[in-house]
Amino acid sequence: MKILVCISHVPDTTSKINFTDENTVFDSQGVQYVINPNDEFGLTRAMWFKEKQSAIIEVINVGGVSTEPTLRKALAIGADKAIRIDSEPIDGLFVAKEIAEHIKSNNYDLIIAGRESIDYNGGMVPGLIAGLLQINFITNCTKLDIENNTATIEREIDGGKEILSCSLPLIIGGQKGLVEESDLRIPNMRGIMQARQKPLEVIPPSNSNSKTKSIKFYKPEPRKEVKLISSDNLDQLIDLLHNEAKVL
Amino acid sequence: MSVLAYIESSKGKVKKNAFEIVSYSSELAKKLDTDLVALVLNCNDISELSKYGASKILKVTSSELENFNAKSYANIIAQAAKISNSNHIVLSSSLDTKYLAPLLSIELDAGYLSNVVELPSSLSPFTVKRTSFTNKAFSDSTIDSEFKIIGLSSNAFGLLENNVESSVEDFNPSLIEEKITIKSTEKISGKISIADADIVVSAGRGLKGPENWNIIEELAETLGAATACSKPVSDMGWRPHSEHVGQTGKPVATNLYIAIGISGAIQHLAGINSSKIKVVINNDPEAPFFKAADYGVVGDAFDVVPRLTEKLKAFKA
Ligand SMILES: Cc1cc2nc3c(=O)[nH]c(=O)nc-3n(C[C@H](O)[C@H](O)[C@H](O)COP(=O)(O)OP(=O)(O)OC[C@H]3O[C@@H](n4cnc5c(N)ncnc54)[C@H](O)[C@@H]3O)c2cc1C
Repeated sequence: MKILVCISHVPDTTSKINFTDENTVFDSQGVQYVINPNDEFGLTRAMWFKEKQSAIIEVINVGGVSTEPTLRKALAIGADKAIRIDSEPIDGLFVAKEIAEHIKSNNYDLIIAGRESIDYNGGMVPGLIAGLLQINFITNCTKLDIENNTATIEREIDGGKEILSCSLPLIIGGQKGLVEESDLRIPNMRGIMQARQKPLEVIPPSNSNSKTKSIKFYKPEPRKEVKLISSDNLDQLIDLLHNEAKVL
Repeated sequence: MSVLAYIESSKGKVKKNAFEIVSYSSELAKKLDTDLVALVLNCNDISELSKYGASKILKVTSSELENFNAKSYANIIAQAAKISNSNHIVLSSSLDTKYLAPLLSIELDAGYLSNVVELPSSLSPFTVKRTSFTNKAFSDSTIDSEFKIIGLSSNAFGLLENNVESSVEDFNPSLIEEKITIKSTEKISGKISIADADIVVSAGRGLKGPENWNIIEELAETLGAATACSKPVSDMGWRPHSEHVGQTGKPVATNLYIAIGISGAIQHLAGINSSKIKVVINNDPEAPFFKAADYGVVGDAFDVVPRLTEKLKAFKA
């Protein structure tokens, strides 16, 4: 089984978010980048298929050279090969088209992406790839098993869950549950050394077009001070929620 | 040209989020000087949609569409967009609809923006405000293609009454073959999901153990609220993953979010920031959550929560 894991290179969850160039570009100064958490759950599940079912794992990112440490980290976790499509993404569609082009000329049985990236939160790349390639697609996956070319999947739905099955090839949008938090792997020295020897292929973009653009960013208005209510006066809290905030 | 609003339903009834979708779409149609068409699937009870401006309703009825299937549903919405001559399609942020949206965008060759929070600030270029960086920022984003899909963030726009006469038209789309089999669907019955809730009661590690959640559940029940939790709580298995909210969990955009024994880490706040009113109950006056809250009570959850529940019961009675 050949698996492609889509890796989004995103600011660490603790990052302070700022913008430059008159609020048109994200300010990456001093920002630590990580593998998008939803993608990391998927990559870790892929490692299970590698170890238990001899799968081969390739990871892919659409981005500039600055994303390479993130791809190296994926290699250190255990992916066999990394691919970087050398282009600054414009929108989700652009990323999806670039990855879809790569998939067309390389046969993958399974493509794992995250349900959304924590930077632009588009939540659309895996679905767009599925639409472009006309392959099966399931998102919000919290469990994934593959037996005899058939995938069995648990998908989170609003207020519950659903069990689905379909044949490969398949693309999923993964999230926590695919593996547990405690299954996530921190690359060890050996992994990091090996990652240096593994192929990281840089391929030119196929010049996809985009349809949307972020033209300006801004931060939420500063909040007003919290109103503290004494724990001896909970009636006041109810009164404020009812009469002032009007939410009760 | 019209605006197409896709209305979700469940068991023959429109879902609660439908009214916000129709309210938004109706205002969008006004801005574009065009009509609104609402598409409903397997839904009989549609009378309330006219309260929010759904002047034309396209109604699909088919036993084959009983279960949600992203590809089939996307295909039907695309057909509806074409027959109603709609260039703008408005979708909700439910998990099902976010699932089908990218498939629809490929079918229609449409630009798609998710997490939109306002009506367009400009029609040319078509520009809307959306959240990004998991609620730590907003962006103004444009859609340049002829077909446009707008995914509206829950509770971002609210309801706007606009009583109209609705005309209902049956629509018989062609159906495509489904390749994904649903083996089982499990809904936690009798409980309100975080997505549908107006109020969410959320608790963290401060509750000390799963055996103490009865006070949280009782408060939630009193308020008709959904329950949620912080990440460590679900990581430790005290509560199901489906309750984990935050940057790496579920987003929460409710009218009232009550956080009990949650410190207010940046990753937690990112996921709940778009809730309108936040109340914090924490015994540590230095807990960072107080800086992000509207109302706060410094106190022990085990003392405050049961008393609050009793007072709310009296208030509701
Ligand atoms: C990559 C990454 C992603 C993450 N994503 C998320 C996410 O999506 N969601 C999320 O929630 N977290 C997330 N986190 C974790 C986050 O950083 C915090 O660790 C977590 O939110 C803390 O949970 P907590 O507030 O329940 O626990 P704690 O930080 O331990 O806080 C417990 C609070 O309870 C209070 N308390 C204790 N006893 C009482 C009492 N008797 N009465 C009242 N109050 C009491 C304490 O004062 C304290 O403020 C993420 C972390 C990382 C690294």
